[in-house]
Amino acid sequence: MSVDRSRELIDAVTASIESGKPLSIRGGNTKAFFGGPQTGEPLEMSGHSGMVSYEPTELVITAQSGTLVSEIESTLKEQRQMLPFEPPCFGERATVGGAIGCGLSGPRRPYAGSVRDFVLGTRIVNGRGEDLRFGGQVMKNVAGYDVSRLMVGSMGTLGLLLEVSLKVLPAPRSECTLMLEADRDGALEFQQRWSQRPSPISGTCHSGGLLHVRLSGSETGVASAKSKIGGDTLDDGDAFWTRLREHDHEFFKGAGRLWRLSIPQASPDPDLHGDSLMEWNGALRWVISDSPADRIRTAAAEAGGHATLFRNGGAETEAFHPLSGSLLKLHKKVKRAFDPKGIFNPGRMYRGL
Amino acid sequence: MSVAEKISIRELRNRVAGDLRRKLARESVLADEESLRPYECDGLSAYRRLPLAVTLPDTVEQVQDVVRYCHGNGIPIVARGAGTGLSGGALPIEEGVILSLAKFNKILDVDTGNRTALVQPGVRNLAISEAVSHLGLYYAPDPSSQIACTIGGNVAENAGGLHCLKYGLTVHNILKLKIVTVDGELVTIGLDSLDSPGYDFLALMTGSEGLLGIIVEVTVRLLPKPECAKVIMASFDDVEKAGNAVSSIIAAGILPGGLEMMDNPAIRATEDFVHAGYDTDAAAILLCEVDGTPEEVEDEIERVRRVLEASGCIKMQVAADDDQRQLFWSGRKAAFPAVGRISPDYYCIDGTIPRKALGDVLNRIEDLSSEYGLRVVNVFHAGDGNLHPLILYDGNIEGELERTEQLAGKILEMCIEVGGTITGEHGVGMEKIDHMCVQFNTAELTQFHAVKEAFDPGRLLNPDKAVPTLHRCAEFGAMHVHKGQLKFPEIERF
Ligand SMILES: Cc1cc2nc3c(=O)[nH]c(=O)nc-3n(C[C@H](O)[C@H](O)[C@H](O)COP(=O)(O)OP(=O)(O)OC[C@H]3O[C@@H](n4cnc5c(N)ncnc54)[C@H](O)[C@@H]3O)c2cc1C
Repeated sequence: MSVDRSRELIDAVTASIESGKPLSIRGGNTKAFFGGPQTGEPLEMSGHSGMVSYEPTELVITAQSGTLVSEIESTLKEQRQMLPFEPPCFGERATVGGAIGCGLSGPRRPYAGSVRDFVLGTRIVNGRGEDLRFGGQVMKNVAGYDVSRLMVGSMGTLGLLLEVSLKVLPAPRSECTLMLEADRDGALEFQQRWSQRPSPISGTCHSGGLLHVRLSGSETGVASAKSKIGGDTLDDGDAFWTRLREHDHEFFKGAGRLWRLSIPQASPDPDLHGDSLMEWNGALRWVISDSPADRIRTAAAEAGGHATLFRNGGAETEAFHPLSGSLLKLHKKVKRAFDPKGIFNPGRMYRGL
Repeated sequence: MSVAEKISIRELRNRVAGDLRRKLARESVLADEESLRPYECDGLSAYRRLPLAVTLPDTVEQVQDVVRYCHGNGIPIVARGAGTGLSGGALPIEEGVILSLAKFNKILDVDTGNRTALVQPGVRNLAISEAVSHLGLYYAPDPSSQIACTIGGNVAENAGGLHCLKYGLTVHNILKLKIVTVDGELVTIGLDSLDSPGYDFLALMTGSEGLLGIIVEVTVRLLPKPECAKVIMASFDDVEKAGNAVSSIIAAGILPGGLEMMDNPAIRATEDFVHAGYDTDAAAILLCEVDGTPEEVEDEIERVRRVLEASGCIKMQVAADDDQRQLFWSGRKAAFPAVGRISPDYYCIDGTIPRKALGDVLNRIEDLSSEYGLRVVNVFHAGDGNLHPLILYDGNIEGELERTEQLAGKILEMCIEVGGTITGEHGVGMEKIDHMCVQFNTAELTQFHAVKEAFDPGRLLNPDKAVPTLHRCAEFGAMHVHKGQLKFPEIERF
């Protein structure tokens, strides 16, 4: 069902600017656990949904921000296309606006690109209550600053997203999932070996002595890589990658703080006293550990990356990796440039932002 | 410029050059007219201005010194890479200095395990791929200017290339930047990992045309070279059919490594120049490259062939070997210089449109071409819907440049009208600044200015480019309505 609530949503922003009461923007509220606390007056985006346009030959879909991710994915599937960044939903109610705001990408990310890589244009309401459009529906556009990509991962702190245009891709004609036995070093070595040459690998997951490898591409390309890699074929590969993407994989049921370490792929495993799952050819390490936050953050930073306290964090530790002083200064200025009164999701990304 | 202004510029030049020479080596500051001449324009040579001085620092500290000095004295700064930009982005400002990154030409580190390279901003685009070729790696974005343009300039313009439909633009292929902010601070944006915390300033900096900071270091992602690549050249007797074939290829679920189109005048000009074996009778040719593992390439080529046949292609040729493949591409890559041989001057346009509008827009360009009495040659990144119509003119003929600019303006407005944009990869710079007023409304432009203000409140970094002032738009709009023609009031013409 397609309902355009733009007018009403802009009015809500205007009212908030006037009253000075901040807003807490909510899509499906499936990622409430992620990031800082929700403090403002809830502004529900649900219902502001529906495809604005979709033309398969243009490889572009435009949807209102309250549209369910699942709805977009099934629409694309009918045309044998996909959202290549495989946004994690963490619930049936997940909206595309939330996917953009959180900026999270799934298993295919290192091979196909991240959510921000596929954003072509946005329509937003800024903190002056203005209805603005940036980017567009074409593949290449360098007119003006790239405000659309700036929205990705901003946790709703820069503006209210009304619409988004995403580049989509043809779905692979063939996919298969292989399973190999490997310890962490073996998995790292495998990933290194295979990432030095072109291959149809489109997902890796290492956990509990098992390495899962997904292949995507043409039938013959997949078959040829499969015979070179070996291992066992998993019957229902799709279900495995969905469970991984949605954190329904056994690993994520473990108790304790869940950390997300984004580090260069070849980095050796940081020793953090905890169970760990590795994705993205090594560029993403999930760790369940009660080691002190500082220690985990230092390890990630030393490797050249950063650590996010993803789940079960508690209030005292910020979710996102602290920014350098000069970078934080720029963040505050950019926040003010979009949201001078500080009405959008205050504190949802960093305290004071 | 009045005599009094000329004198004051000379005095200012002497003072600024003197001050800067106390910070940099003597030969790193150019201030006499003869040495400044080469910097008076970028690839858009219709606009020329002499800067106060050119500085050529060779350390980041020196960049910081120059920037701090300019910041302290209210002097505008225009960063410059190789000056191949086509929108006047590196055009000097008379009361400003050029900050050339030419001496920052070193590849600092190549990390094979993580497939990244840490490079200085003045490194040429192609030099990166050359330096890592023996490792089986390359840097994907390949603008046609890649032998000359710098990676710093690529980031500042978000440059694309022949292969960006599949492999992305500059913004998709960089991980980290070091920038010097207008107050001289060194800030790292992004990390060595695939993502980084906080706002996506990496995206914001990419394509910011030197208005937000000076890029002094870039970490790029490298890709393994495709094991195998094949290209098909397909001829059409009708431009619209060729345009539709592009959409059909995409609709068939094929994602080519490159998908380029040339119309008949472009085919003839390049064939005369490089003898690539193009079909000079065709109304249009498509070059479609698929790459990957040998098995994938075999599959895909077959599929492309079937789609092309169904699209009414009249002739098809798969390059027999890699030499012939390179030859096919060499014509496309040499399209601009080839056109340079058949006309005293040419003006390159860079609009992007939805692919489905290709045929229609081409026909309308042809109509406009006869209306204005100016020849237009079309080459495109067809897969991305990125057009590069080249308008042929003679700058020595009174009024031709003006007519050319009017025709260009019409084509750009048409791009907006069909749902596209005024620039796909060359940037706004000075050239398309007035068309920004057509593409964006007041509130949107104000938001851009607010972003600029956050990084550069004194408006010293490449001021008055890329984003027009509201005042300028008001004037442009008024002129537009009253006289029906475009003008660039603040720019001298040559
Ligand atoms: C024949 C020809 C073919 C071309 N083909 C393509 C193509 O296929 N695709 C494409 O995208 N472009 C193309 N271009 C345009 C041009 O080459 C690109 O825009 C390129 O990225 C410019 O790089 P440069 O080093 O020459 O930058 P310059 O022209 O020196 O500068 C461009 C802009 O970047 C800014 N800048 C430069 N360096 C820095 C820095 N270190 N920090 C901050 N700002 C900086 C400048 O101020 C200016 O605004 C072509 C140009 C020519 C002449």
